[in-house]
Amino acid sequence: MTKQEALFEYLLRIGDNSLIMGHRMSEWCGHGPILEQDIALINIALDHIGQAKNWLTLACEVEGKERTEDDLAYHRDVLDFRNLLLVEQPNGNWGDTLVRGFLFDTWNYYFAKALTNSMNTQIADIATKSLKEISYHKNYSADWMVRLGDGTEESHTKMQDALNRLWMYSGELFTMDEVDEIMLKDVIGVDLHLVRKEWDDDVNATLTEATLHRPPDAWMQKGGKTGIHTEHLGYILAEMQFLPRAYPDAKW
Amino acid sequence: MKGSSKIEDIHTILGHVVDPEIPVLTIEDLGILRKVEWEGDQLIVTITPTYSGCPAMAMIEKEIYGALKNEGYENVLVKSVLSPAWTTDWLSEDGRRKLEEFGIAPPLHASADKKILLGKNAHIRCPRCKSENTEMKSQFGSTACKALYVCKDCKEPFDYFKCL
Repeated sequence: MTKQEALFEYLLRIGDNSLIMGHRMSEWCGHGPILEQDIALINIALDHIGQAKNWLTLACEVEGKERTEDDLAYHRDVLDFRNLLLVEQPNGNWGDTLVRGFLFDTWNYYFAKALTNSMNTQIADIATKSLKEISYHKNYSADWMVRLGDGTEESHTKMQDALNRLWMYSGELFTMDEVDEIMLKDVIGVDLHLVRKEWDDDVNATLTEATLHRPPDAWMQKGGKTGIHTEHLGYILAEMQFLPRAYPDAKW
Repeated sequence: MKGSSKIEDIHTILGHVVDPEIPVLTIEDLGILRKVEWEGDQLIVTITPTYSGCPAMAMIEKEIYGALKNEGYENVLVKSVLSPAWTTDWLSEDGRRKLEEFGIAPPLHASADKKILLGKNAHIRCPRCKSENTEMKSQFGSTACKALYVCKDCKEPFDYFKCL
């Protein structure tokens, strides 16, 4: 794998995380439990989509094949997507969405923070811009974890169930493969072992405050980073890509 | 001919380009307009987004082209940059005043706003009755750049332009 190929893969992974997370959050539009929270999720979705655009535009530049960020978003199939399995998991109930957001946002915060030191200035710039927005996401998720974890018996149970269900997708946040190693060696990418330490401390502190139990680490699902996805991604793409595929020249 | 126009003239023209979502603020008030310069015969206008996903950017870009075209400037390039990342500290004093008159509480300076991120109470002044007895309802408001507050004295809800 050349350095350029590794860089393209790396950018796809970051961009696809934002894109798929953003799409999942946008599915809440008009379905939130109360108006303020509906709006909050859509605001966060918009941040993710904006960040996805920045990352995927840079990926296209690196690839140099005259593809655009829209081509990447709308004209790739499941096997070509590089997002983490966690972000494609269904919205489920309000608790499922919040726990997924909490696990991802906390990771995304420390990941983006480390990326601000990238030797690649374009990457550092996008990370610096994104980090400000991600700080708000992380704060929002943690706040809800405490509110519902330490809430009523029913809310506590639902949050703990969601945490138990989603925990098996948390291992992939920290797996390092060839792409990660190449990027780390060139001081472009991030050492996920260091991110893990910060994530662990932060997640543990919030879970304690939320009176929730950290599930034991057992079998961890992985594959998203290399294009092996759960069955959910196909359904997301079917909806997200329908219009540009059915009407390729459609314009607003 | 146009290539010799003074930069101040261009700023005067761009002084009419406003944010479509907060039409009392010009792009200069907001700190979105970063730079105006000539590169030979071409006029380069550099702008930066407030938020990565700000949907107003495309429209602002279009309005910049339109405003300049009306004044005879055809050879224009609007460039969008991410660095340095936009901050509410770039909002002009004039902009802050106009925001409050419009009914949106202007942002505190970034350092003070850290308190809000940490969940602590900061004193946001109600733009209507000027009371500081206010409460945050949601960190996310009607647009990405605003949070939702309510005044406990006059009971009115209001937007707060949150710090970034």
